[in-house]
Amino acid sequence: MLPDKKVCRDMLYYMKLSREIETRIERKLYRQGKIVGGVYVGRGQEAISVGSSIQLEPNDCICPSHRDMGAFLIRGLSAREVLAQYMGKKTGVTRGKEANMHMGDMRHKIVAFVSMLADTIPVAAGIALAYKMRRQRNVVLCYFGDGATSRGDWHEGLNLAAVQKVPVVFLCNNNQYAYSTPLEKQMPIQDISLRAQGYAMPGVTVDGNDVLAVYEATREAVELARNGGGPSLIECKTFRMTGHSAHDDARYVPKKLFEEWSRKDPILRWETRLIRDKVMSEGEVRGMATRITQEVDQAVSLAESDPLPDPKETLEGVYADQSVEAPLAFAASFFSPERWR
Amino acid sequence: MATTTYVEAIRQGLWEEMSRDEEVFVLGEDVGVYGGAFKVTAGFLDQFGEERVMDTPLCESAIVGAAIGAALMGMRPVAEMQFADFISCAFDQITNFAAKCRYRWGAGVPLVIRGPSGGGIHGGPFHSQNPEMYFVHTPGLKVVAPSTAYDAKGLIKSAVRDEDPVLFFEHKYLYRRVKEELPSEEFLVPIGKADVKRAGGDISVITYGAMVHNALEAAEVLAGDGVELEVVDLRSLVPLDKATVLESVKKTGKVILLHEDTRTGGFAGELAAVISEEVFEYLDGPVMRITAPDTPIPYSPPLEEFFLPKTSDVIRVARHLAAY
Repeated sequence: MLPDKKVCRDMLYYMKLSREIETRIERKLYRQGKIVGGVYVGRGQEAISVGSSIQLEPNDCICPSHRDMGAFLIRGLSAREVLAQYMGKKTGVTRGKEANMHMGDMRHKIVAFVSMLADTIPVAAGIALAYKMRRQRNVVLCYFGDGATSRGDWHEGLNLAAVQKVPVVFLCNNNQYAYSTPLEKQMPIQDISLRAQGYAMPGVTVDGNDVLAVYEATREAVELARNGGGPSLIECKTFRMTGHSAHDDARYVPKKLFEEWSRKDPILRWETRLIRDKVMSEGEVRGMATRITQEVDQAVSLAESDPLPDPKETLEGVYADQSVEAPLAFAASFFSPERWR
Repeated sequence: MATTTYVEAIRQGLWEEMSRDEEVFVLGEDVGVYGGAFKVTAGFLDQFGEERVMDTPLCESAIVGAAIGAALMGMRPVAEMQFADFISCAFDQITNFAAKCRYRWGAGVPLVIRGPSGGGIHGGPFHSQNPEMYFVHTPGLKVVAPSTAYDAKGLIKSAVRDEDPVLFFEHKYLYRRVKEELPSEEFLVPIGKADVKRAGGDISVITYGAMVHNALEAAEVLAGDGVELEVVDLRSLVPLDKATVLESVKKTGKVILLHEDTRTGGFAGELAAVISEEVFEYLDGPVMRITAPDTPIPYSPPLEEFFLPKTSDVIRVARHLAAY
């Protein structure tokens, strides 16, 4: 059974939009030197963040990772804000303070992850703890990759969440590589969902390139969490269709794996399914693609003309109370006012 | 009126804050049923219930991580590190997550991390450390280290109300050794304000934590010789109350920087630099440091005694400076 038509179409839209934005970033803007730092995309993994976060309520929260563009967009960030973020613009989600996918905004209930992967796991447990203590029927979706499950914080976080029975769904995008390290060097098990057993929570493995499978598994886990049943772990098996980042050509990945997984492309599969089941016509799908291209064109041109932050903003926002930074004032007479207010 | 110990003062401060605001809660190892290894949260479980007095698994990193999550949602978690030494396990969560959220993406993390720190109790290398400098060096954190019951109570209450992450290092040697009468009405001690614990015109001793008491003892002895120490208790390392420090140095022209923490990269080095940059022309002698040596904290009494800075060190160095 398919979800209602709007959800079906929205899922296609957000997968396609994610793909288009990331393709533009990785294959155009980065190569043009317009992205000043690193680029990490989730090409081929779009079904995971989209199929899960599409079903959240406004007061639910997400803790995304670096291959979850769809989740950011679904929670309300615009293409322009995302592109401006990558370009280090003042209009970016973090006003130039942070790079690429490190976007967060509590107004949208999006928590910005740190590069020490899996640090977000206990944080997600704490957000869920707040929901539980406040008797809110909300949930947290917490995303991470296969590599993160090797870290201590991942285990500490799952354990704490399980002991406290808090409403959080842990979603693993198992794309089989952590940078250059393949799964068999990462862990001695085949299925990451096995790890759930150690924390007495439900653990399932689904086809991460099937947006419907992700949707269904998340729906069950979210329902359990909302009803006080505690956390779950969902492993979405997928494949990283790029290098770790834009500078990595992934020559360590056997070519046949790329070929094999390109045939399982989640967007193509969902499109085919929607057309076959007459949820959308071929014309409607083409129209959606055209609209997305235009949308992203416009976002790119706006982001490109957006201003960079003022250097003085470097000193702002460390503490709530701006006067805390006053010690720097002494140096003002010796250094250029450009640098020292 | 009865006197209140340093540890009881912290307990009272937390109790008052939890009574005032139901978004305040404590979490940590053995804080509930057992009331905390040092009994700071004794009786809390009965009063506030097990959700707000949460016994956690043994997982310092997740304790802080969960506190960050709750704080992002606007709650006011107070996480206990059973010993401040164990804070190293949570280093990443504190320095990378908690400290940087506001700067990175504008999200406040109003949490408190309490840790019993310091030596003098034969705790050995892992139950005696003074880990404040790891955190002083991390922008985004506030670091507090009270020396009296009054300051401890007033500062823990301010810490709970602060909009940013506050590391609250309570000196366990002082827990039951320091006591005083506390006002019956509510009071706060602001974070970022030093306190001149004893005024004097000859030499400034700038210090914090347990060493404040050594400085005061030394001041008493030296007063008999006609040397007047001014004892400046920083109370907060971040934000630093530079104005009070510099004012004292300008007045006395001679400075001793005293702390229990080890020497290299200790707070004294930072203070010496600030003093040298800003009030060099007022100095009448070398800026002197009295600190622990650069070793781990040993266990056996004669070794630990040797390690810890002592009142006699302050007297000796003060006499040396007075002769300048």
